[in-house]
Amino acid sequence: MHIIVPIKQVPQSSDVKMDPVTGTMIRSGRSSTLNPLDLYALEAAFRLTEAHGGSVTVVTMGPDSAANILKEALSMGAERAIHLTDRPFGGSDTYATSYVLSRAIEKIGSYDLVITGERATDGDTAQVGPGIAAWLDLGLVTYVSSIEEATSTHLVAERLVEEGYQRVQVALPALLTVVKEIAIPRLPTLKGKKRAMASTIERWDAEAIEADRSRIGLKGSPTRVVKIETPKVARSCTIYHADGDEATLAAVDHLIDLLEEQQLLKEVHHG
Amino acid sequence: MAEVWTIAETHNGLLKEVSFELLARGRALADELEVPLASVVLASHTREGELERLAAYGADIIYVAEDERFASFTVHSHAAVLLPLVRDHGPQIILAAATTTGRTLLPYLAVKLGCGLTADCTSLAIEEGTGNLLQIRPAIGGNIMATIKSPDHRPQMATIRPRSTPLGTMDTTRRATIIRVDPPSLSTDPVEVLGVRPFRDQQTSIEDARTVVSGGKGLKKRENFTLIEQLATALGGEVGASRDAVDRGWATYPHQVGLSGKTISPELYIAIGISGAIQHLAGIKTAKRIVVINNDDEANILDIADVAIIGDLFAIIPVLLRRLNERRKTQ
Repeated sequence: MHIIVPIKQVPQSSDVKMDPVTGTMIRSGRSSTLNPLDLYALEAAFRLTEAHGGSVTVVTMGPDSAANILKEALSMGAERAIHLTDRPFGGSDTYATSYVLSRAIEKIGSYDLVITGERATDGDTAQVGPGIAAWLDLGLVTYVSSIEEATSTHLVAERLVEEGYQRVQVALPALLTVVKEIAIPRLPTLKGKKRAMASTIERWDAEAIEADRSRIGLKGSPTRVVKIETPKVARSCTIYHADGDEATLAAVDHLIDLLEEQQLLKEVHHG
Repeated sequence: MAEVWTIAETHNGLLKEVSFELLARGRALADELEVPLASVVLASHTREGELERLAAYGADIIYVAEDERFASFTVHSHAAVLLPLVRDHGPQIILAAATTTGRTLLPYLAVKLGCGLTADCTSLAIEEGTGNLLQIRPAIGGNIMATIKSPDHRPQMATIRPRSTPLGTMDTTRRATIIRVDPPSLSTDPVEVLGVRPFRDQQTSIEDARTVVSGGKGLKKRENFTLIEQLATALGGEVGASRDAVDRGWATYPHQVGLSGKTISPELYIAIGISGAIQHLAGIKTAKRIVVINNDDEANILDIADVAIIGDLFAIIPVLLRRLNERRKTQ
């Protein structure tokens, strides 16, 4: 089983604090990391190839520094890593990004599955996975929380949806997007790190993937960002201190009165 | 004139609330553009009176495709109906809910139709002069609001966060043109639905809840998490959890609130023993009221809270439960 996992470099959110006055983000340093939700896609891929044989190829589109996340994936067990990097890729929205990744996946070839994380924690769109499936005409199963069965021709999985878990069978090749429930991600091993250090990362540009220039970068992106605004923190917090029994009781009653006033307790009264 | 479309969602033949929220958004846009508003319904069946409700909430046209295979969502069965329908009618705007269905279907359609899509919008407007749809969404963990448009591609597509739109006024005298659409034969759906297993703990999903009570690291151990459950029950709400609490196994992943869990907009959010990592705050920014119970009066979460009780949560919650209970008995 050959599985391709597209991954993304995102800003490290643990380095991000909010300015309490302006509500803006203060980023200490400029460190980047592997999108945390991609770890689950990698783990799902490793478990499938460990159970059924085969290998995992990782691919990312991004600047030079994105090579770091490919190294990380190699040290966890990926066998091959491809870095899509070229000036004309810059400014791609989810439409253009999913096109670039789909071209790369086509060039990698002979795969059974493409597995992505649910979404990236920076853009938070969850659009690139389904977009790749559309470009490649693959069966698409999103929000996968468990994989029950996998053969060379099909896979049985559960999706975490609003009503519960939807159980589906999908013909291969297919694209899955997975949620956190799928598995607990492994850590890179020392042996893996050494292997990653020795591996080479293949660098592909727009020409290498035979990309249609009208579909990549800003030019190939249907969407335009018109304006970026920092919303003002509109809330002002009323604080009650619950020091001791009396103050606790008073604080609780203040809260209940407030909730009642704003009709936030109505379900209790009528339910 | 090119129509504005909303994609309705159904469950067991009944329309989901979000279908009407989308109509409220769509109605405002269609009025401004002076074009008809249409709602598209793909369902196994629709119960008596359901389509009339769409009309009452503002739909001028209703496209309905009924087929057993729509009982449970697959992107391929939906796209097989929608792609030809969009190509035939050429709507200028398509709105869908930012649910697991909408967030799967729309990016798939957007690529197939070669058009732009903005995820999880919290507000929409029409640009003066051009008539372009301005799509406004939180980005980078909810710290900035980005306005996005697709000037040269039609349809313009957006998913809208559920519960971010008040319902419009219902007018039962309104009538809509109902257009039945024959679902094309699709013998080759690569995805076959085998069944749906409801959540074991009978919860409704936290995205749909009016009230969510969440617990975090401050609960100290798993047994104490029952305090959260008791309070949620007393308030008629659902249980949420911070990433810390889920990682420690105190609650399961479907309950996780925040950037790597669910983004929710309940009317009341109560955060207990949660300091408010940026990932968590991003998931609750659009909640209407945020109440905090925490022992740290400098916790990050106070920045976005409306009311906070600072003190020992193990002393506060039992009192809160007792007072809520007393209040109910006297009503």
